[in-house]
Amino acid sequence: MTDTATEDLIETAPEALPLDQWHRSRGARMVEFAGYHMPIQYDGIMAEHLWTREHAGLFDVSHMGQLIFTGEGVAEALETLLPADIKGLGEGRQRYSLLLAENGGILDDLMVTRLAAASPFDSEGGYYMVVNGATKWDDIAHLREHLDDDITLSHLYEQALLALQGPEAVTALARLAPGVEALTFMTAGAFTIAGIDCWVSRSGYTGEDGFEISVPAEDAEKLADALCAEPEVKPIGLGARDSLRLEAGLPLYGHDLDEETTPVAADLGFALSKRRREEGGFPGHDRIVLERENGPILKRVMLVVEGRQPVREGAAVLDAEGSEVGRVTSGGHSPSLGKAIAMAYVPAASAAPGTSVTLNQRGKIFTGIVTPMPLVPHRYHRKGA
Amino acid sequence: MAIIYFSKDHEWISVDGTTATVGITDYAQSQLGDIVFADVPSAGTKVEKGKEAAVVESVKAASDVYAPVSGEVTEGNAALTEDPALVNTAPEGEGWFFKLTLSNPSELEGLMDEAAYKAFVDTL
Repeated sequence: MTDTATEDLIETAPEALPLDQWHRSRGARMVEFAGYHMPIQYDGIMAEHLWTREHAGLFDVSHMGQLIFTGEGVAEALETLLPADIKGLGEGRQRYSLLLAENGGILDDLMVTRLAAASPFDSEGGYYMVVNGATKWDDIAHLREHLDDDITLSHLYEQALLALQGPEAVTALARLAPGVEALTFMTAGAFTIAGIDCWVSRSGYTGEDGFEISVPAEDAEKLADALCAEPEVKPIGLGARDSLRLEAGLPLYGHDLDEETTPVAADLGFALSKRRREEGGFPGHDRIVLERENGPILKRVMLVVEGRQPVREGAAVLDAEGSEVGRVTSGGHSPSLGKAIAMAYVPAASAAPGTSVTLNQRGKIFTGIVTPMPLVPHRYHRKGA
Repeated sequence: MAIIYFSKDHEWISVDGTTATVGITDYAQSQLGDIVFADVPSAGTKVEKGKEAAVVESVKAASDVYAPVSGEVTEGNAALTEDPALVNTAPEGEGWFFKLTLSNPSELEGLMDEAAYKAFVDTL
């Protein structure tokens, strides 16, 4: 009997993140997610959702993986695994990208930023990447396997990550960190907040204006306290994070994206830069380009579901004969619209806005209307806006 | 004079003779969170003790509501269609799910009274 076999028999208990006690002391209901104890809600998902759309919500996303890449030729190396224009990324510029498998399937979706000369990570010329919590260990193994030995991958497991999201996020954060208001959507820089050296990007996962803040784990409570002392800010749980991102049309890895979905089917064509499409050199290039030219078989769309009952992940999309031709990958109640909404993969011929699709959930039939994404308009603070 | 009983599945049933009203408890609604949809049985539906009788959906998930006793439904609460949040605001009042005629009143013997239910919830 080997050690490995023994380890497989041991159930790994969820781990505590740096703000674990902080959440509990604020009355959060904790659940297990991605191997960690995480807050699902404080006051209630509906109230937290609406608060974020009107004011500012603080989300603990410390379960996500924060990585730094450095070394000679690091941009070229990353371009062998991602379809983004990494070489053309200016200092302090952030891109949404995808970790792709050889067949063009999606291994993870992520944010990558070229670090500025000044950053708390002291890695000038390097790249900072945030990957999903549930996939981070697989991502790290994949990246280590495929990147040259000249490239150093550091996992910042002693950094917490907080997201401050909502139309009043900038007002609250600029009071603590003057100058942060100068960042525009998808740019980042080093800021001192409440005396703590942080790395701040203007980005998020709610469709609202907002910021994501990387902070040393030992200072996370101090930062969370400082932010929640601002009248605009309340802590928000994972439940509202999910309903907010769904309204904003943002896919969730492991649900709306997986190794079977391609960037084209997932309607993430914007993540394929023109230069990279033309030059290739990333996994799955041939298939992705062909699919882009000929159109995908299935396409990710948003649906507004008739009636009030939520249609959730796993419901089938049916054709006129009643055969399953697609699948709901996320679904639920939209607090902002007061309607049932869903994200689904439907046949390309049914993907145009206004098309009615038939759904089957546990034997009950529903009608969904394909509706342009996002259902709640994005309010990002774009450059020049 | 109605007597209220409680089930381990967190339903309450208020019984007056052979007619009764069924809903979910305050503890159940607080665990479910914001209720966004309720599907209640219509009059004439036969329900069986311990079997699914209604569906309640929160923002997070769908849950079944079980019949605490067997019987025939005489009325589903139509108000829940328009205002499912009544289950959150008045779970043991206006947020009731259905009324029924009991087919086997002896099934009530296996249910808890308020004190026993409170003690049961305290163990959860």
